[in-house]
Amino acid sequence: MYQYSEQDHQLLLERVSQFRGQVDRRLKGELSEEEFKHQRLRNGLYLQLHAYMLRVAIPYGLLSSEQMRTLAHIARKYDKGYGHFSTRQNIQYNWPKLEDVPDILDDLAKVEMHAIQTSGNCIRNTTSDPLAGVARDEIEDPRPYCELIRQWSTFHPEFNFLPRKFKIAVSGATHDRAAVAVHDIGLRLVKSDSSEETGFEVYVGGGLGRTPMLGKVIRAFLPKQDMLTYLEAILRVYNMLGRRDNIYKARIKILVHETGEEKFRELVEAEWEKIKAGGLFLRDEDFNWVKGFFNDPAYEAIPDNDVDFENLMLNNAEFARWVDKNIELHKQSGYRIVYLSLKTAHQPPGDVTADQMDAIADLADKYSLGHIRTTHRQNLVLSDVQLKDLPALWEELKALDLATPNYNHVTDIISCPGLDYCALATARSIPISQAITARFDDYDFINDLGDVSINISGCINACGHHHVANIGILGVNKKGTEVYQLTLGGSAREDAAIGKIIGPAFEADEIVDAVGKVLAVYLESREEPEETFLMTYRRLGQAPFKERLYG
Amino acid sequence: MDNYIKDRKVDSDGWMPFTGLEDGSSLPTGDIYVPVEEWLNAREALLTRNGRLGVALRNTDDPAIIKDDLDRLDLVVLEFPKMADGRAFTQARLLRERYGFKGEIRATGDVLYDQLFYMQRCGVNGFELRDDQNASHSLKAFDEMTVTYQPASDEELPLWRRQK
Repeated sequence: MYQYSEQDHQLLLERVSQFRGQVDRRLKGELSEEEFKHQRLRNGLYLQLHAYMLRVAIPYGLLSSEQMRTLAHIARKYDKGYGHFSTRQNIQYNWPKLEDVPDILDDLAKVEMHAIQTSGNCIRNTTSDPLAGVARDEIEDPRPYCELIRQWSTFHPEFNFLPRKFKIAVSGATHDRAAVAVHDIGLRLVKSDSSEETGFEVYVGGGLGRTPMLGKVIRAFLPKQDMLTYLEAILRVYNMLGRRDNIYKARIKILVHETGEEKFRELVEAEWEKIKAGGLFLRDEDFNWVKGFFNDPAYEAIPDNDVDFENLMLNNAEFARWVDKNIELHKQSGYRIVYLSLKTAHQPPGDVTADQMDAIADLADKYSLGHIRTTHRQNLVLSDVQLKDLPALWEELKALDLATPNYNHVTDIISCPGLDYCALATARSIPISQAITARFDDYDFINDLGDVSINISGCINACGHHHVANIGILGVNKKGTEVYQLTLGGSAREDAAIGKIIGPAFEADEIVDAVGKVLAVYLESREEPEETFLMTYRRLGQAPFKERLYG
Repeated sequence: MDNYIKDRKVDSDGWMPFTGLEDGSSLPTGDIYVPVEEWLNAREALLTRNGRLGVALRNTDDPAIIKDDLDRLDLVVLEFPKMADGRAFTQARLLRERYGFKGEIRATGDVLYDQLFYMQRCGVNGFELRDDQNASHSLKAFDEMTVTYQPASDEELPLWRRQK
């Protein structure tokens, strides 16, 4: 994990005191709400329906147990005892008081955390693969690159007032668990044809919201040394040419679309030529320095089997289900990756109580080298658990209601906060996700359905990523009633696709049935159990689903 | 009293904006700055005058259009029409870093306390603060942050290369 230098600490302290001054000027009326808005947003503070909401950055989704305990402390002291993990690997608090926020930031700074650039029209927290460093399909650990991007983008003086928000994701593995195609910039780590050089496939102009688009590959291979100069060139072109006349046309995806991919590429390359040899060029010693923070932990040399584990697998079906659904193989023999499901019928997706956070921190210390990761599907990961510890960990997770065996399955729903919290929302999303979870909360059914994703957004801004779900649900307000549109066929993985609306929207009390019908068509139509929902949909198209829903 | 900061000091502004060359009016004496199109149209006339010259760019202009003129100019005025519009940050960096402009780069428009730090890092050294801002109180904005990660007009190298 990256360790803060004296200067990193200094920067956080200065930022807290700067923000304290801004809050003070606001409370004294020296700063108008409109002008304060730009400042508070750059520190993750939104004004929501009922209260302020504070979004705390979790750079590339990596947390130490000590940081998790601080998050619990904040939930307890300044909020209503819980926090909400978001689709950008961050955590949000829904009930802080404005005058408390500087103190919250002080507490965060003590554990090297902050809310810098978690909102506003600037470069946001860089997201990555939650399995970075432990995945079997990894080409190279993406986190050192993410850390360089974090430093480059933090208080970047030129790019702090962009046309619109700007999100960067980095993936370092064969399978894309970071959704690179739906970010303003997505970097997919690849090896050159000769396999001797590491570089990136550069996607630009992906994004969801009102106009969902997949990123275009504007460079098939960018040598890693050029990563930051190239990002700087893209941002510079965007800052000068991105539209500022219409907030809904201001994302870089619209610039790429309106300029044309070819022309946009030429503009970026021309700018890059002029700066590629500058101070942001990355040398071997720069990589060595940053990679030093992400060395493999001291793994024990242990066999990839354990008698107690295997016995429990044979004798306890519930344990075996959990292992089947929520455990993934680790690159290291004798270790496993454990998903902690934050998706139960009892809590909104992504919500964790302060007590759960403390307990998770303890479990991380006890079983997983003291680290926790957050995922863009709003779950948590303990990444380094020994096989022999799985039975004990499972018991403890069950007691915490964190062992629902549903990772990447139908009840592992992504949901935005929706109209229960959000000032932008036009419909509720949490009650819909809970109704769906309650309806399909049957292990055999979940297991039979296999790999399928449902995402729910409570408005057209698409924070719940409904466009890239296999089954997407969008809540809209039609003449005073909340209705729900269904989109099918989306994917946020390496086969990324934007789902298509299947037909007229459903009332709130019809949408769960509609999802049930879609799932039934799949189960009846698949050619073999290995054919996933997405494969069946791609084979058959919309027709059979449409017929069942509206026929 | 001018609400103006130059090189991190409250100063009085000796520059006059001037437009109206097309009316055939006589050119004023003293230090003036003109919109970029008037400069491009009437370079020679402007240069025969006594007094220093500046040019005001719109924030949609590519600063390259005056790159060959910079050694004859003492001031480039940039516009921040509203706080959220950050195009001039890029213009400032290009003027300083790419085209080597040594004169005053001035921010005008919504020039507010909380942007001064960023403007300064991009090479802006003259600040025409918005009327409701207090110039002497604003000076401390330049020192609120002392740690900078990335290269800009004030630093050639990123922090990770400066530390060792």
